[in-house]
Amino acid sequence: MSDIKKVKDDYIDKINTENNVDKVNNIKSQLFGKNGIISNEFKKLGSISVEERKKLASDLNNIKDELQNKISIKIQEIETKEINLKLEKEKIDVTLPERNIEIGKIHPVSQVIDEISSIFSEIGFSVEEGPDVENEYNNFTALNTPDNHPARDMHDTFYLDNNKELLLRTHTSPVQVRTMLKGKPPFKIIAPGRTYRSDSDQTHAPMFHQVEGLHIDKNINMGHLKGCLNYFIKEFFEVDKIKMRFRPSHFPFTEPSAEVDIGYEIKNGKIVIGEGDKWLEILGCGMVHPNVLKNVKVNPNKYQGYAFGIGIDRLGMLKYGINDLRAFFETDYRWLSHFGFDPLDVPSNYRGLSR
Amino acid sequence: MKFTVDWLKNHLDTKFNNNQIIDKLTNIGLEVESFESSTSELDNFIVAKIINAKTHPNADRLKLCDVDIGSDKTIEVVCGAPNAKNGLMTVYAPPGSIIPKNQMKLSVSKIRGVTSYGMLCSESELLLSNESDGIIELKNNKYANKIGEKYFKNTSEKVIDLSITPNRPDCLGVRGIARDLSAAGAGKLKINKKSNLKYRGNQNINVTINKEKLQGCTIFGSCLIKGVTNKESPKWLKDKIKSLGQKPISAIVDITNYVMFDLNRPLHAYDADKIDNEIIVRSSSKGESFEALDNKKYILENDMCVISDRSGVLGLGGIIGGTRSGTEYSTKNILLESAYFSPRSIRKTSKQLNIDTDAKFRFERGIDPLSIEEGLIKASELIKQICGGEISNLDVKKIENFKKTIINFDPFLFEKTTGFNVENKELIKILENLGFNVSKNKKILKLVVPSWRPDITQSIDIVEEIVRIKGYEHINTSEPIKTRLKSTLNYYQKLFHFLQRSVASKGYLETVTWSFTDSKINQMFKENDEEIPIVNPISSDLNVLRNSIFPNLIFYLKKNLDRGFKDISLFEIGPAFKGKNPGDQRTVIGAVRAGKVSRLSWNDKERIVDTFDVKKDVIQSLCEAGIDKDDIFIDDKTPSYYHPGKSGGVYQNKKEKNALAYFGEIHPNIIKKLDIKTEGLVIFEICLDYIRESKQKIKDSKSKYKFSDFQKSERDFAFIINKNFKSQELVNIIKSVDNKLIKSVRVFDVFEGENIPEGKKSIAVNVTIQSEEKTLNENDLDNINKLIISSVESKSGAKIRS
Repeated sequence: MSDIKKVKDDYIDKINTENNVDKVNNIKSQLFGKNGIISNEFKKLGSISVEERKKLASDLNNIKDELQNKISIKIQEIETKEINLKLEKEKIDVTLPERNIEIGKIHPVSQVIDEISSIFSEIGFSVEEGPDVENEYNNFTALNTPDNHPARDMHDTFYLDNNKELLLRTHTSPVQVRTMLKGKPPFKIIAPGRTYRSDSDQTHAPMFHQVEGLHIDKNINMGHLKGCLNYFIKEFFEVDKIKMRFRPSHFPFTEPSAEVDIGYEIKNGKIVIGEGDKWLEILGCGMVHPNVLKNVKVNPNKYQGYAFGIGIDRLGMLKYGINDLRAFFETDYRWLSHFGFDPLDVPSNYRGLSR
Repeated sequence: MKFTVDWLKNHLDTKFNNNQIIDKLTNIGLEVESFESSTSELDNFIVAKIINAKTHPNADRLKLCDVDIGSDKTIEVVCGAPNAKNGLMTVYAPPGSIIPKNQMKLSVSKIRGVTSYGMLCSESELLLSNESDGIIELKNNKYANKIGEKYFKNTSEKVIDLSITPNRPDCLGVRGIARDLSAAGAGKLKINKKSNLKYRGNQNINVTINKEKLQGCTIFGSCLIKGVTNKESPKWLKDKIKSLGQKPISAIVDITNYVMFDLNRPLHAYDADKIDNEIIVRSSSKGESFEALDNKKYILENDMCVISDRSGVLGLGGIIGGTRSGTEYSTKNILLESAYFSPRSIRKTSKQLNIDTDAKFRFERGIDPLSIEEGLIKASELIKQICGGEISNLDVKKIENFKKTIINFDPFLFEKTTGFNVENKELIKILENLGFNVSKNKKILKLVVPSWRPDITQSIDIVEEIVRIKGYEHINTSEPIKTRLKSTLNYYQKLFHFLQRSVASKGYLETVTWSFTDSKINQMFKENDEEIPIVNPISSDLNVLRNSIFPNLIFYLKKNLDRGFKDISLFEIGPAFKGKNPGDQRTVIGAVRAGKVSRLSWNDKERIVDTFDVKKDVIQSLCEAGIDKDDIFIDDKTPSYYHPGKSGGVYQNKKEKNALAYFGEIHPNIIKKLDIKTEGLVIFEICLDYIRESKQKIKDSKSKYKFSDFQKSERDFAFIINKNFKSQELVNIIKSVDNKLIKSVRVFDVFEGENIPEGKKSIAVNVTIQSEEKTLNENDLDNINKLIISSVESKSGAKIRS
């Protein structure tokens, strides 16, 4: 018995100094293989007395457990060491650049149109569209701007024929006409889109964007107009308070008509909307003129309501601090990258209008 | 419309200060554009300091001075003054300024071979004294920190500039503005003094207004003023004319202008001695001509309203007079005209001849037809006062009587429209102050509209007048009504927004370009669409509506390439036009991609962008937008601007007639013609109008969830096939062998050349086979394999590679 204990101690020492899995496994088979030292000891048990056998078997089992335990711990130890060594060798420089990222962007005009649509959607407006090419009737005459009306001079119009019958719409208001002609009141729509006027300088582009609004029902009055625009401006600029001023003005297709100014101030060279004592004109609006309603077969004695037109590009410029209108349409890669929006940044009420 | 506060006070008794007046004007709809001193010729003269005065290289008596005028750099001025010396503070006049003494305009000039930018001034040149021996010497202590500032203080009165909307001709005169202000509580409108003008004799030049169908003149009033001495206007009048931003001409002309701006009553003064016998107001005949006061000769069309005498046309009524009968300093006798011309006639004529004058601007908007006499009297009084002379009786010829507009107004309309109430008493007072005659008939107000308000024709106009004068601040701000009538966006609008963001998310920058383009570039992309020229384009390179988005995209792509960018992905979503009628437009996405993929990458091999890059972008975007990838069909017919061998069309399914998208390389000819310098250029386009909404809503399609848990097997095949045989067809042949069992077919290798016969290629596919009912055994799989091979071989002429 003491022999076997001695063997055990020897092997424990051997295992301790070993650092190769194969060699440890070798030891394992020397001990527990078919003719292994320990295996052979167990075989001997059959030839001794029951009394001795009991005692010896118990001791032998303890030795076996101890050795096996030692072996498996050792193997694990060596393997861990080897893996760590391997991983150490595999180390790469993770500060090297990732594969090229191609970042796309949404144009500020598109983003602002989405913002506007989201806001008006919250108060029940739906979106209508109309063609960019319009006839003279929808763009002017139906909107109470007959041919001999000086108000036509306020719009420098692009024409597509010499009779001035076909033109590029000078505002989004013809969408009002189309919407009302094809449907029945009530109407509650916004119509964003491209508009065109033939002037071009620092502050004017021959193409720009407007959003038209129209709400016609039985009892819609100027108070609703004020409320709607007040709500819109507050939401759009994401401010709690807004200073707003309605000024009488004139548009042939609305009466009474108003231009709307918002209060602002310049703070540290940046424009701050909603405070201050300066005024900035941002939109035109009014109660739809009875002549317009008659032209689109809506009875002005039964229905009334408001319309408004807002310059989208201008709103975007104000909100996002863009100085030059012309840059919107010049496709400068640097400008688009800087002022563009992430495509996943979809304006919505519940996720917030802008980040 | 410009005027000074002083002028306004000729008509308005007011305690308001300037700012209050400005605010009030804005609040009643007379928008103040600006309120500032008119610019003066003297503004140019600047306090300056001579930094260094050295002798002129070519002239001993001249000096060459470096002058500090308060800007970054000093200015070099040649000066002959003996007192010009270092450190002297003086007055500098830049090129372009006009020297008061001799009215000479300075320009940059060479003096003895040295360029002089402007001049240093003496007191006499500035009319300050007779001192002309040297330049002004300013006191150093007083002016040292004023270098660069104006030398003369602008003492002219501040001018209010109003932007008058086209419906308010009455406010194109100071009196009308005063009336509006008084109605809004800003003071009291002064009552016009009754004239005590004495008339002597008759207006003995006979005036006839011809009765013609298109006669543009209905009233012609006139008087003769004999024995005048025309001269320079007195200072007060000159100042008034100048404050309007106009140049004084002579007393008679200035007076007619003054009355026009004062009362909004245009007048015209003829030299009576130059009129041949009589005045005939008639319609012109084509070909008649006259020389107008703007020194241009106009050739007339038929039916323009002309004032003529026996010798021919004197002028265009209400638009512009002629030189033949114009007044001069030597004019002794005047015929003064005050007439009414119809807006329609004025507008038509002035448009045809392209003339714009102050008179035209007013008549076109509508002049008070009852102001004929008032204008004649006011002008005559002033002429008599300044130029002397005797005034004849007034002669007023009419072919039509003015009919007053009467409106029966129900005050309830006011509240119904504005949402707030104004007491009847106040409402009536506002209208009366605006010049309405108001009488009551039970609840209805009978309103006689003042003759100077041609814009007021119906009840809603009255509502506007009341709310405008009362103030828009009284309108309530109601809570928005949230009722919804229908969903915010329809299918195509949703598709628009979805695809826009879908394409952007593939790395493309969205741009917005003009809807018009250069016909020369458009030509390359327009295919069979008609060219749509703009009659009055903003410039010759933006002269047609775009038939495609690509002309602009390619143009701007080139600009960005020229800026030094190499890898560019751009897209635009918007209209492309196919005809010039409303609605002849498609909503299209156009996208371009240039340069390389993985440029300068440390771990990936860089390569030029190719057709399959854009194919991926377009197919992925379409799938994201809800199109079933399994149904998509590709063919190789594309518009002519694509590379004929490296482009494809995408169909929603095999049966569709119209391709909803194209992708591929752009035609090399276009790259060459437009001189685009890039390694690679691929494009794609999607026509949103051709996308069909899926019949199944997503909530219905989601509910069908089916999958198989049985073992699936994969088998690879390689076929030798004709080079032109499309892989899409091969895949379809394999799929059709057993649509249920064959779950997917993937092409994983295409190969030509070595070991492959000429005109052939090898295609390797991986086929996934799986049953929904059982685990397939070797026998089942073998059968399918055999079927696949025999189908492909018989249908495509391919041979399995062994």
